[in-house]
Order: sequence, then structure tokens, then C-alpha cells
Amino acid sequence: MSVVETNVATTGAMATGANSPAAAESWQPSILAFACHWCTYSGADLAGLNRMEYPANVRLLRVPCSGRVNPQYVLSALGKGADGVLVCGCHPGDCHYVSGNYYAKRRLMAFKRLLEFTGLEPGRFQVRWISGSEAGKFRDTVTRVCEEVRALGPLTTDQRQALADPVLAGAAATTQAGEAQ
Amino acid sequence: MSRIGVIVCHCGSNIAATVDVEQVVQVAKTLPHVAYAADNKYTCSDQGQQAIKEAIVEHRLDRIVIGSCSPRMHELTFRKMLSQTDINPYMLEIANLREQCSWVHKNKAEGTAKAIDLIKMAVAKCDRDQPLFTMSIPVNKRALVIGGGIAGMQAALDIADAGYPVTLVEKEPSLGGKMVMLDKTFPTMDCSACICTPKMADVGSHPNITVKSLAEVEQISGYVGNFEVTIRERAKYIDYSLCTGCGLCETKCPTKTPSSFEQGLGLRKAIYKPFAQAVPGKPTIDAEHCRKLTTGKCGVCEKVCPLGAIRYDDTDKVTAETYGAIVVAIGYQLIDWGSIYGEYGGGRYADVISGLQFERLVNASGPTEGHVVRPSDGQEPKSVVIVKCVGSRDPEHGRSYCSRACCMYGAKHAHQYLDKVPDGRCYVFYMDVRTPGKGYDEFYMNTQHDGALYLRGRVSKIYQQNGKLICQGEDTLSGQQVTVEADMVVLETAMVPANDADRLGSMLGITRDKDLWLSEAHPKLRPVETNSAGIYLAGTCQGPKDIPDSVAQASAAAMKVAVLFAHDELESNAMIASSDVALCNGCGACVSICPYSAITLEEITLRENSKKVTRRISKVNPGLCQGCGACTVACRPGAMDLRGFSDEQIMREVDALCQW
Repeated sequence: MSVVETNVATTGAMATGANSPAAAESWQPSILAFACHWCTYSGADLAGLNRMEYPANVRLLRVPCSGRVNPQYVLSALGKGADGVLVCGCHPGDCHYVSGNYYAKRRLMAFKRLLEFTGLEPGRFQVRWISGSEAGKFRDTVTRVCEEVRALGPLTTDQRQALADPVLAGAAATTQAGEAQ
Repeated sequence: MSRIGVIVCHCGSNIAATVDVEQVVQVAKTLPHVAYAADNKYTCSDQGQQAIKEAIVEHRLDRIVIGSCSPRMHELTFRKMLSQTDINPYMLEIANLREQCSWVHKNKAEGTAKAIDLIKMAVAKCDRDQPLFTMSIPVNKRALVIGGGIAGMQAALDIADAGYPVTLVEKEPSLGGKMVMLDKTFPTMDCSACICTPKMADVGSHPNITVKSLAEVEQISGYVGNFEVTIRERAKYIDYSLCTGCGLCETKCPTKTPSSFEQGLGLRKAIYKPFAQAVPGKPTIDAEHCRKLTTGKCGVCEKVCPLGAIRYDDTDKVTAETYGAIVVAIGYQLIDWGSIYGEYGGGRYADVISGLQFERLVNASGPTEGHVVRPSDGQEPKSVVIVKCVGSRDPEHGRSYCSRACCMYGAKHAHQYLDKVPDGRCYVFYMDVRTPGKGYDEFYMNTQHDGALYLRGRVSKIYQQNGKLICQGEDTLSGQQVTVEADMVVLETAMVPANDADRLGSMLGITRDKDLWLSEAHPKLRPVETNSAGIYLAGTCQGPKDIPDSVAQASAAAMKVAVLFAHDELESNAMIASSDVALCNGCGACVSICPYSAITLEEITLRENSKKVTRRISKVNPGLCQGCGACTVACRPGAMDLRGFSDEQIMREVDALCQW
């Protein structure tokens, strides 16, 4: 992630796969969270308003709807440097756009199975529903995801290379439709 | 090449306390395409905005990144500011450094690192921002109200009184809906006809309202301000421009058939007005039962009509019109208890009737002229059992929800029966008594004082014995099994969505809740709007309600229409999907995924490799698209993209964040 002076040491540890015990202890995972504008993003804002602390490893990427999240983004994020990806949207039935989160659920669940098939640990890619009022749930969810990914350690170079395989990108494309079969 | 300006806000000390703003600015200066980076104490203040405007001119900036509070807070503020400059308001990205960074992280080093990442993401995205433009959508100031019950009539009257033309479509021959069938209304015991029929007359004579009876909406396309609606008016076989409604035809017609208005308890003719005060006050011919139309022999009505208004060759009239807003007020129907409750006789016993049938029995203009008699033998029932929650609050057989009005009309029926048969006995089996309206509980108490015996428990079985209906049930308060011999049983049945709800809901893009009622946009804050802009709900089509609530909701929906019509034009959403003609293969995956039916497939002819080819491509309707982006993910060729959140922009954000 950022190459800020204070973070150089840990960034270096990420690059070497955190093989020394001291580095492993201070290793911080980088987690990208896709958040829908209407529910989870406002839930995160509410967490801020209530000054709820959570790990600083999480970066939110605002999308209009969880249905906007293309599996390719997740693949790219994990292939290029994220240790975990979280996709969050409105609760089923509460989608601002009527049905976007149902599409997200279908396509991302199929995609998750594909990722697990390639050997990725299930904890590294998670999908959660968090409403605009659930600031506490937002804090708890990102905290838990951070802990889980930290326990898993950094994604290995082999894993990242496997994720960058164009065959996998092609397979991920087949999960995009997300339509009711 | 873009020239990005980055402004990092201190927000007093809100951001600056846990984020090293200076350091963020220094890093921002090194980012690609950043031509200018600075900090500001309060960016949203007048001075802060002025500083940005000056920087835009001085540094020839063409897009702006602001690291400040949440975009949900000030995105609009800064867009407005940009609209006063030469930069398009959509050439703006906001990094959320306050709500999602400084306020939630105490460690300044961590906070600063995260702030830098967020700025990097915003810069990477902003680099691919495109100028976006809204479109003006003209508003057609005519409203369509579907359903002529009390809710539909109230909505139509309010919109018409606001000065806008309204078309009211009613599928039955007359306005009035369910309310006009009722005898009296709780808790005031106003005669229902006395308060409903004047409203019907008002609607019928209002210069701004066109009533289309025996009519149904066949097709709807378009979007807010511009709905194209096809309405089919079924043949009435009578020329309404000639008919005066004298009723001579009806008296002479030889065919009789059960009246649905009388809930099957009375008969009507084949040429008929459903009831005396019907609006329009002119008869129609029921083609299914008319001798002339079924066998070709009769023609009595034609002979007697002094005005020659009978038209046996009449056909359905289909009209297509444009409306700016639609109010859906299609009401409810009663649950088909006969098919569910075999233990109550399943409809085999003539004297086990529904609440609505009882309404007709006690109604002075009903089939018995208000005498409470048993449908089977015409005798006055000396004991009546009223069973509440038939189909309501019964997830096993009926519906899980409470139908809200039944506790009150159950009490009303008990009161009315005891009023008409003073020596009668009335037993009311109930699960709970729910009377939360104004004056409702007092009414229930009065009913108990009238002598109605309330028994807490459900009736498990009803069977016939020696001309009596034996009701077996439980009194859970005394813990005893009870058996009541009744002459007549009234079932207070659940309200369920109207038959039309399914067809109309999918045609209008209105979702339905778990119980299949039409869904409002938000249960608390947008109770009369739907997820489709310009379409509103009134009355029981949205969920069970009583008359006051239906009327209140109808007026609210009318107000929403009036607010919409107060504008000559609407501004469309700028951040919408658009399809790249060169990439689209016309597969139609986007068409089926779009929740707003905003995408259609169109044939276009274009030149490819110096040849003329005709292809199918998808086209987005900018008035309908709400910008969710579901279609962009479904699009395999990558032709569909979302303006403001394009694939490239999101990928660049991901790349900016996930770099080693």
C-alpha cells in the first residue's frame, strides 16, 4: 500500500512474505472494501460520526450499488496486492435499486466458489450486507475481516500469480451475469 | 493530459488531529497529473471555495480532488461550486478523510497512511472523469389514477382540484370500490353510501376528471413525466352520449343473474347498473348473460329505450395517452376462505358468510333491505357467531399479517346485529382485539356493553346439526372448550392483494413485498412513492388499511403528483449507463437485468468495413436509468459502462490502492 516513511518497514515485510517472526507480528494486511453508496458507505459514515474505531487497514471504494461490483475488480485487487477483499451492500430486499444486491449475491457467490477452487482461503473474499444504520455492524465486520486476513498472513506470490492467470479471468467472466437461472 | 488540483481539508481539527495534512499534500504533489496541491482549513466555507476557484484559474486546472468529509455530505456543495467555474461539475472526486479516516483511527501514522491511499485512489479515478450532462425531461402534467375506490377517488379529486387533468380508470362498471358496498363505517357509524356516493358524484362531474369505467390499463411504457399508457375500455353496448340513465331497459330485461355487488346474495339484470347511485349513472350490458348477445334473440332493451342508445355491435375502445404521473389505487380483495378453511364448511353452508356479505345484508339498499336474515331460509338469526382473523395472522393456512380493519368491523357487525335483533345473542371469537385508531377502543367497549360476548380463542370447526351451525372453539381465558349453536356465522376474512396487483406491478416496475402487496419506496420516509419515479401508491394496494388511512395516503400521493407537476421540466440523472455501439453484440443480458426496464434492444444500420450492416444493439433510456450499474457487470463484451463510475475508473482506484 502507501509508501509512507512510517510504513516502509511493514511494506518491506509484506514484500518478503513476512517470514521473520517480528515482521509477522507487525504485518498489517491490506483490505479493500467495495461499499454501496446507499447502505454500507453511509453505515461507515455513521461509524465515523459515532467515532467507532476500527483497524486502519481497510480502504473503502464507493460504488453506487453492490450490483456494480464486477468480479474482475476483485480478481485484480487480489492479484495486484490486496490481502483480502470485502464487498458490502444493502440487506436483501432493501436495495436502493430494487434488485442489485440479489445480482451481486448470485454472481459473487459463484465467483467465491471459483476463487476457493483456485486455492484461495475463503476468509480472503467476503460478502456482507450492512445497512446505513448499522454502524456497529460495519465496525465489527471490518474488524473481524481484518483479524481473519491477518491470521491468514500475506497472500503468497504463487497465489497472486495464479489469480493473474488469464484463464481465471475468463472463468470469472462467466460468473458476471448473475441472473436467475 | 489532465491537470488535477488536490485540496486537502483540515476541517478545523477534525481531520488535522489524526491526519498529517501537510504530508498528504506533499505526497499528492508527486502523484501523476497533479498540477496543484494545497491544504485548506475549511474547504466548504465561502473562502475555501473561493480559494479553489482561484487555483483553477491560476493553475489551469481541469478537475479537482478534495480530501474532506464524506461525499454524502458535500459532494453537491462542491459540484455547485464547480458549476460557477469553467469546469464541468462532474470533474470532481472526494476522498473521505473525515468520517472514514480521521474520526475512526486514533494513530496519526496509520491515519495519514490511509489518507494518502484515499487521495491516491481519488486522483487515479479523477484522471478519468468525463464531463457529464443532465437532460431536461419535459413533464406532461396529466395524471392517471388506476382504481376508483375511495383511495383512487380521493387522489383524483385532490389532483384535479390542484388544477391538473386526471384520468381515472375503473375496472368495474361503477366507481366506489369496496367502500360503497359497506353499510356503515366505524367508529362514527356514518352511512357509508352517504359519505361515499357524494365523492363519486364529485369525481363524475369534476371538469378536470375523465372517468373510464369498465376499463383496464393494458400497457405502460415510458418514464416519469412521460408515461405512454394504453387503456382498454370494454364494450358497454350502450351509447353513453345518448343514454340518460332512466333505467327503463333494466326493468324490462328478462334475464337475471347473481349480483357481484350484492356479494351473490341478490340478483341483477343482464343490462344493469350495479347499484342505484352508480357513477357513471348509466347501465351496461353483461355480454356473458345477455340473451341478445349470446343467442341473438331478445332485444327488449333496444325496443324500450326511448333514446335508441343500445348498441349491440359495440366493441372495446383502446386509447393511448401520455401521462406525467400515475397513482395506483387498485385496492384489495378478500381471501378465498372457502378453499382454505374446510373446517368452516369451505363455503358449503349458506349461512356461513363473509363480513362483506353481512354488510350487504344489513344495508338498507341491500338485497334484504336491511333486514338481517339467514340466506338459507330468510329467517331472522337469533344467535350469530362472528369469527375474527379468518386468514389473517394464520401463517399455516392464510396470511401471517394482521388485516388491521377486521377487529373494528367485527365489532361493528356485532353492534349492527344487536341493534337490529335486540333479542339476539352475538358471540365474537377473537385472538386479540386491536383497536388503535381514534375513537376505536371506545367503540369496541360500547359493543361489549351492547351485549356482544367476546370469547378469546379460535373456532376449530363449524358443522350443521338440526338446522343450526355448531361452532366448536376454545375460550382460552377460562381454558374450556366451548360449543355455540348459531343460526348464522360471519367470518371476518383477511384482506389480500387484488388480482391485478401482479400484472400491474410488473408492468409498472413496482416490487411486491413478501405478502405480495405493492411495495412503497421506503416504509417510513417514502410511504406513498414507489421505486419507479412518478408512480405512487394509494390505499390498500400497499397493505391492509381502513378508510381514514386510505384517504390520508391518497391525499399524500396526490400531493406528490402536484409537487411533480409544479415543475415544467425534470433534470435527469447524469451518472447513467451507456452502451458502446462498437462493442455491443446485442445479446440482451442488460435488458433482462435492468430493474427499471430502461434498456431496450434496437436495430441500427451502420457502416462496418465499408459495408452497410444492420445489427441489434442495446440502448439506455436516460429518463429511466437510475445508474445502479447492474447491467455493466452483466455485459460480457464490455460495451455497457456507467458514467461517473466507469470500469476504467474503478480499476484505476483498485490499481492505485493495490500496488506493491
